[in-house]
Amino acid sequence: MSALMLQNLDVAYGETVVTHGITLDIAEGESFALVGESGSGKSTVLKAIAGLAPEWTGAISAFGVPRGHGVDRGFARQCQMVFQDPYGSLHPRKTVDATLAEPLRIQRIGDEAARIEAVMAAVGLAPRLRFRFPHQLSGGQRQRVAIARALMLAPKILLLDEPTSALDVSVQAEILNLLKRLRREQNLTFLLVTHNLAVVSFLCDRLAVMRGGRIVEVASVAQLKHGTMVDPYSRELARLSAHALPAPA
Amino acid sequence: MTLDLSRPTLRDWLLADSPASRTQARLGRAYRASLALLRNPLAVLGALIILALLVLALIAPLIATDPIAQDLPNRLQPPSGAHWMGTDELGRDIYARVIYGTRITLEIVVLVAILAAPLGLVIGAVSGYFGGWADRVLMGLTDIFLSMPKLILALAFTAALGPGIEHAIIAIAISSWPGYARIARAETLTIRRAEYVAAVELQGASALRVIWGHILPLLTSSLIIRVTLDMAGIILTAAGLGFIGLGAQPPAPEWGAMISRGRSFILDQWWVATMPGFAIVIVSLGFCFLGDGLRDVLDPRSAERR
Amino acid sequence: MTPLLEVENLRVSFPTPRGPVEVVRGISFTLGRERLGIVGESGSGKSMTGRAILRLVRPPGRVAADRLSFDGLDLRSQSEGEMRRLRGARISMIMQDPKYSLNPVMTVGEQIAEAVRAHARMSRRALRQRVRDMLEAVRIEAPDRVAKLYPHEVSGGMGQRIMIAMMLIPEPDLLIADEPTSALDVSVRAQVLDLIDDLIKRRGMGLILISHDLDLVARYCDRILVMKEGEIVESCPAQNLGAATHPYTRALLAAAPRLDETRAELPVLDRSAA
Repeated sequence: MSALMLQNLDVAYGETVVTHGITLDIAEGESFALVGESGSGKSTVLKAIAGLAPEWTGAISAFGVPRGHGVDRGFARQCQMVFQDPYGSLHPRKTVDATLAEPLRIQRIGDEAARIEAVMAAVGLAPRLRFRFPHQLSGGQRQRVAIARALMLAPKILLLDEPTSALDVSVQAEILNLLKRLRREQNLTFLLVTHNLAVVSFLCDRLAVMRGGRIVEVASVAQLKHGTMVDPYSRELARLSAHALPAPA
Repeated sequence: MTLDLSRPTLRDWLLADSPASRTQARLGRAYRASLALLRNPLAVLGALIILALLVLALIAPLIATDPIAQDLPNRLQPPSGAHWMGTDELGRDIYARVIYGTRITLEIVVLVAILAAPLGLVIGAVSGYFGGWADRVLMGLTDIFLSMPKLILALAFTAALGPGIEHAIIAIAISSWPGYARIARAETLTIRRAEYVAAVELQGASALRVIWGHILPLLTSSLIIRVTLDMAGIILTAAGLGFIGLGAQPPAPEWGAMISRGRSFILDQWWVATMPGFAIVIVSLGFCFLGDGLRDVLDPRSAERR
Repeated sequence: MTPLLEVENLRVSFPTPRGPVEVVRGISFTLGRERLGIVGESGSGKSMTGRAILRLVRPPGRVAADRLSFDGLDLRSQSEGEMRRLRGARISMIMQDPKYSLNPVMTVGEQIAEAVRAHARMSRRALRQRVRDMLEAVRIEAPDRVAKLYPHEVSGGMGQRIMIAMMLIPEPDLLIADEPTSALDVSVRAQVLDLIDDLIKRRGMGLILISHDLDLVARYCDRILVMKEGEIVESCPAQNLGAATHPYTRALLAAAPRLDETRAELPVLDRSAA
């Protein structure tokens, strides 16, 4: 069953067409990565799916249901997004509780307190953090709140825009573990945008390499690990990401 | 670290690291902001001046005699034990008039703030959020009002409707809101692109919810600062209107009007014009100091660092 | 031979409503004309160390050290004017994001020229040639064209190379690079670091490379200091990093995912002590 399907997606900002002919088919429960350097258009694809870049042509559908341009409330319950910057993705004047209650209020779902507590537990946030403001939380805690917020509406698909780029290595490890666990427990489908191929190796099943707004190659993560990707650009990216240090004993 | 094992005080509750309810979190934040404000001596001075203004306005009948009672034999008396600030050209006690004048000043300042600030805020936020033709229309409207000088507008108003303090207030409010609209719009343009706004739009929020619940709360800090700092200017404008006879009408003890009438005696009986002048200066300074202090405390960027 | 930099018991503290907080807690190290990497996570004090050396920590922050000397000069007792002459001329610093360190309203060429003029007088033609030379030294092709561009018109990697050019003009003895490639793409990182490496070696400069990326530091430095919460927990030659002994270093090494990742879960730092 296809969870997320993109057909010939062209996204434009004003006059400039930023992505060209993006076609992807992501199965349910799959973890898929979009990799590329800055300017490759990977974040733009994500934004178009999320409805934040309304000028696109082509087709976007989730579980067979096509998506309209702009704000789509039905789609919101299928698909949510975790943003990159833990410092900028939480409203500075709202407590964790208020931020997590918001999606429930918008979609008129009741039983707030119980749901908030459940999701906070699922992402490993201690209950005592519930009424803190973002500036009273660490980077890792903020990112957990961002993940919790995305899970409040129980979506089946999570869009992740560089979710750990702004975090320390040790905090990144915690968040990556968390994401892996959540995906397993809730059978989520991930579409992850990142420039870090090691994260892809850990978290994903398949990947698409983007360059200049186009998909250059779609490969399995096994190919990435064994260095058997086909396109020379992809191979070069993989080579540059390989560690100099041997694996610790 | 104190080893205090007694039951927790109110201060502990407010400063708690992990509040247990939304109210506690909000009150805690307000408390921390007040603490920061109190650390600034000028801000404290400003706050005390404003507080004094409020208190004097409230208890005016208790501390002063009738401000409009004339006593012609005693006109133009210098400050003395009987009349702390002397008497004016109709024998009225200037001290009493200054005290009662606080009520008029307060009325002007509060009404202008209530009328102009919310209007400017909403227009600016809507304009900034929607962009496009809504932005152009609203900003065009704003520009029209922005280009009208306060005094000329007030003149026009009172020429049309007749003199009086209410018309002066409306005139000042009408020429003040565009400034607030511009500030609100500029900030909205920045906030609109923030990821937390994107996140809530992604959840299906309507424009109303985004503007009311997410954008406006972030605009209030700079608006409070702006309004407080503007109060000085508003007082001076009202005084200016009073000076040219367009504000409060005699015998109301409006400070600007008092200065105007004291003009003719300024050389020999300086107290008639100077006393209300001092009052205006002190109150304006108070608002300026408080506004500056608030800016240091309420600026979201410095709040992030705390 | 006097070491280039000697630091002994360096402490940096900041006042907070709850009392002073020490961000750097008494670290000591020496640096010759070699490449030293300082690695740590956020809050480890690594950036503060770099700034403290240049005396760029502004009040209310306070810097104290038993010893802080550069090429025999006691940095603690230099006046602000003397420090200004040292900064840029003998000790230079490159920071993370060229977007924020380049002046957006001046062209690239003008900014480099300004840096040159600050340390030497020369005719306009000589100045232009110098700018051209500097841009070529950082491997920018078509230097005349690039000199006319504004910072927002150049890519991140090029911006960083321009920063390097500006910092190296006065031929300093020591370069402090604070996360010089964090804001850059992976493919560009190697170019910029190779460039720094090459310039350092050719001019016999000392380098302090501050980063959160252990791998990067291991590749481009001779020696590594690992900092945690204001203290140095490990000091070793770069090639021995894989055999590091301190648990924190080993945990950091293990926590990063690898390209050929096989683990189901990444090992996580034990924060119970925090």
